[in-house]
Amino acid sequence: MKTNDLILQTVTKVAAFVIILFSLSIFLGGHYSPGGGFVGGLMTSSAIILLLLAYDLKTVAGILPVDYKLFIASGLLLSVLTASGSLLFGVPLMTHAFTYVDLPLLGHISLHTAVLFDLGVYLVVVGVTMTIIQTIGESE
Amino acid sequence: MEILMAIVIGILFTCATYLMLSKSILRIIIGTGLLSHGAHLLILTMGGLKRGAVPILTDKIQDYVDPLPQALILTAIVISFGVTAFFLVLAYRTYQEIGTDDMDQLRGTKHNE
Amino acid sequence: MSLLHWAVLAPFLAALLVPFLYKLVRRIHTGWFVLFIPIILFTYFFTLIDTTRKGSTIIESVPWIPSLHINVSLYVDGLSLLFALLITGIGALVILYSIFYLSNKKESLHNFYVYLLLFMGAMLGVVLSDNLIVLYTFWELTSLSSFLLIGYWHHRERSRYGAQKSLLITVFGGLAMFGGFVLLSYIGSTFSIRELIMDSGQLFEHPLFIPTMLLILLGAFTKSAQFPFHIWLPDAMEAPTPVSAYLHSATMVKAGIYLVARLSPVFAFSGTWLWLVSLFGIITLLWGSFFAVKQTDLKGILAYSTISQLGLIMSLLGVGAAALHYEELDDNLYLAATVAAVFHLINHATFKGSLFMVAGIVDHETGTRDIRKLGGLMQVMPITFTVAVIGTFSMAGVPPFNGFLSKEMFLASMVHVLELDIVNFTTWGALFPVIAWIASVFTFIYSMIILFKTFTGSLQSEKLPKQPHEAPIGMLISPIILASLVIVFGLFPNLLSTSIIEPATAAIQPTLTNDLHVHIGFWHGFKPEFWMTVGIIVFGTMLFITLKRWWRIYSIVPEQISLNNLYDQSLNMIEVISLKLTKIFMTGYIRNYLIYIFIFFIAALLSTLFQKNAFTIDLDHVAPIGLYEVILAVIIASVSIVILFAKSRLTSIILLGAVGYTVSLFFVLFRAPDLALTQLIIETISVALFLLCFYRLPKLGNRKEERMAFRWNNALISIGVGITVTLIAISAFSSNKPFPPISSYYIENAYKEAGGKNIVNVILVDFRGLDTMFEITVLGIAALGIFGMIKLRTGRKSE
Repeated sequence: MKTNDLILQTVTKVAAFVIILFSLSIFLGGHYSPGGGFVGGLMTSSAIILLLLAYDLKTVAGILPVDYKLFIASGLLLSVLTASGSLLFGVPLMTHAFTYVDLPLLGHISLHTAVLFDLGVYLVVVGVTMTIIQTIGESE
Repeated sequence: MEILMAIVIGILFTCATYLMLSKSILRIIIGTGLLSHGAHLLILTMGGLKRGAVPILTDKIQDYVDPLPQALILTAIVISFGVTAFFLVLAYRTYQEIGTDDMDQLRGTKHNE
Repeated sequence: MSLLHWAVLAPFLAALLVPFLYKLVRRIHTGWFVLFIPIILFTYFFTLIDTTRKGSTIIESVPWIPSLHINVSLYVDGLSLLFALLITGIGALVILYSIFYLSNKKESLHNFYVYLLLFMGAMLGVVLSDNLIVLYTFWELTSLSSFLLIGYWHHRERSRYGAQKSLLITVFGGLAMFGGFVLLSYIGSTFSIRELIMDSGQLFEHPLFIPTMLLILLGAFTKSAQFPFHIWLPDAMEAPTPVSAYLHSATMVKAGIYLVARLSPVFAFSGTWLWLVSLFGIITLLWGSFFAVKQTDLKGILAYSTISQLGLIMSLLGVGAAALHYEELDDNLYLAATVAAVFHLINHATFKGSLFMVAGIVDHETGTRDIRKLGGLMQVMPITFTVAVIGTFSMAGVPPFNGFLSKEMFLASMVHVLELDIVNFTTWGALFPVIAWIASVFTFIYSMIILFKTFTGSLQSEKLPKQPHEAPIGMLISPIILASLVIVFGLFPNLLSTSIIEPATAAIQPTLTNDLHVHIGFWHGFKPEFWMTVGIIVFGTMLFITLKRWWRIYSIVPEQISLNNLYDQSLNMIEVISLKLTKIFMTGYIRNYLIYIFIFFIAALLSTLFQKNAFTIDLDHVAPIGLYEVILAVIIASVSIVILFAKSRLTSIILLGAVGYTVSLFFVLFRAPDLALTQLIIETISVALFLLCFYRLPKLGNRKEERMAFRWNNALISIGVGITVTLIAISAFSSNKPFPPISSYYIENAYKEAGGKNIVNVILVDFRGLDTMFEITVLGIAALGIFGMIKLRTGRKSE
């Protein structure tokens, strides 16, 4: 059944990028305002799902030719490494380090190893959601 | 408020249990979904409701709502998504392979008893 | 780690190498490599004889679980050294024999030698351990390796049956013994056997003393095949003959004897010990010898003979305990019983080992062990015949072999039982020499059966699967060595008396043996035991000749009434009953399991709630109810009830989504922005997911098919669950918390320690980051599971 979803497709083109940008912002701001790896990851996946709904699997796979299972693996690896990295400095597992720097244009920002851990979470969540959706979508 | 929530949670659990005890596999999945909603609200209610501000540190506020249940629920939400997805795929793969969704017929064969 | 520890460890380490040697060096029989281990160990233990002869002992300790006072303490005294020598000595001979018995090409030798070395190490551990827990560990390891060895030819049904039987019985006893050990260490507040022996005077007054003793004896009796637990030993004969010769005659079955001997100083103050050990011993002696005559399989006869000889040693140990129990008696008379036990232990290992090897040779060369088919092998196998003559005559107690000496000492000890003037002993005690004499007559008969039915008479070549001929010389070395020992110990018994028997006896009865001097002589004058021996030989010969006339007595009691049958029936019954029991509640319906879970949930939580008076309602601190919240509550409640009555898939999915969105609105109202955001997006993705699967999902079943009773049951359980949860929820927030909540710590430290202001996120990635890490792992597993479920199918179809 071929439906005419021109409006959906046109809106999606713009909306998907806005959602992804917003999701990145929410992910990075997670330590100070609502957000973080889980929400960020889910929001990114929802943008991709929107693309999937508007177009079809093959088109999206052409735009984003990635294996989402790799996201899971690399995300897990990143989290584990960040968590165990603290052992190298003689402090307990999962101890994070952070500092504050002042940069031109951006102003007072904090640099935090927790972001790396959260990035792992983000990658896993995107990977898991998209693996599930894509696998189900691909099955006949 | 907590009393009202407790009753709402009770209703959620009742419906979830009823659905899970039915024969149709899809109803069971929906039941587990309802059950996790109930459990999330239960954890939140146990800690007391609305006893402070949003748990994001601000200079002037001293009282915040309990952040720990929220952290627990956040992970639980994501996990329950994973579990629901898993169940769903398990259900439809079972249906494809065996051709029934009646739980009474999904009990193994006489052979492997 | 001392040299002693390495000695126990050596067989285990060697076992690791065996598979590689087997794979890499196929041309040389693996047994040749393995042979080094027992030879080296035997030489090592042999050098220790000098130490124990002087009456000194060796103790070496390595901490294992120091917090529980469990140390790997190894202890060498006369008794443990005797066993260590038996284990390594007979072990070497058996391995040498097995090299010729088991073919390099046909058998999986690596398995065999790994099991055998495992057994050897475990057995050394049993006899050298001073710590009860360590001893128990090794004890179970011997059961396990014995199981593996009996089932070595695992393609045979009888082998598997025998292996299972031996494991069930010995491990049952082993567990009982473990209980006994725990009790014993509780009574004596130490795990060390030496320390227990030192305090033995106080122990027997403890109320738990008798149960402890019974449990430990259960372990010893099952292991040493005492009546009525002997039934596993005949079936264990399915093992390859070298194994039978090693485990089931010379070493493992004597572990029970060792335990009784080792713990005699602890328990012997009690009269119950004396009675139990000697009574079970003498009954086993009679039972084993009587039924040995009935057997037609050579190894079957030997198995029953082993049972009866073990009973003999056991009864001697029991009578020997009298020396400790009764103070006014002449101790030396009863010490003599212990000396006889030790001496017969050695003798039994020599003659029974050689006879087993003879049976193995006969089996190997003729293809059968059935005495009804055998006969006339004397001309064909002269060397084997000679060995058999020595072995059987020694077993029968005929001079000048070693069996005669120990049998005389045994009879003498049994006669001395008459002198124990305690209550009832005058009547019952008289049974001991009588039973001993009858059993010895039967021993004589079955010894002669083994010898004459196999080697004399006419050769029935047509009944034999193979054309018989003498065994290769390699196979004969070990039995010849053992047979020579039978003669040497028979002619010069005092070779052993000071070097081995005295230290061993001293270890069994440490308080009495300060001036012990063992001298074993041939001629004691015309004493009762002499006339008994004469009687045994005369009556035995008469009965052997008239065997056919009275053999019918064995068919008086039908096969159905036997201990074996009892074992089979009870095993079968256990299986049937447990299957029935399981079928009652393991219905296979997930719904039933859920009902169990829910009912248990309701019962456990509600009963705790009301038993502990935990149900409280606190109306003072409840949060105010706003209009929005009421509206949301009504929506969520009504929507979830409507789901119950939804008739189509789409409706129920959408209604579930509605519940989810309402929950996220609740999160907004309850000041949980992170949750609200997550729930909102998750709900969106979930609905997308459901819709993706939508066409593949089954339609909702026609609800009219469900009976009303079914629905009412479900409704009842569901309402129960709902009420329980409501009560818990109300009490949970109302009750006075016994501890201050830990949340305040997070609130105070989120910025200071972790540099974040969103406390929820700080908890997730920092304070409780480990939880998060495992959570994403679980998510990853779920995703891969889904991927596998869908993709693996396509892989299968393409095949």
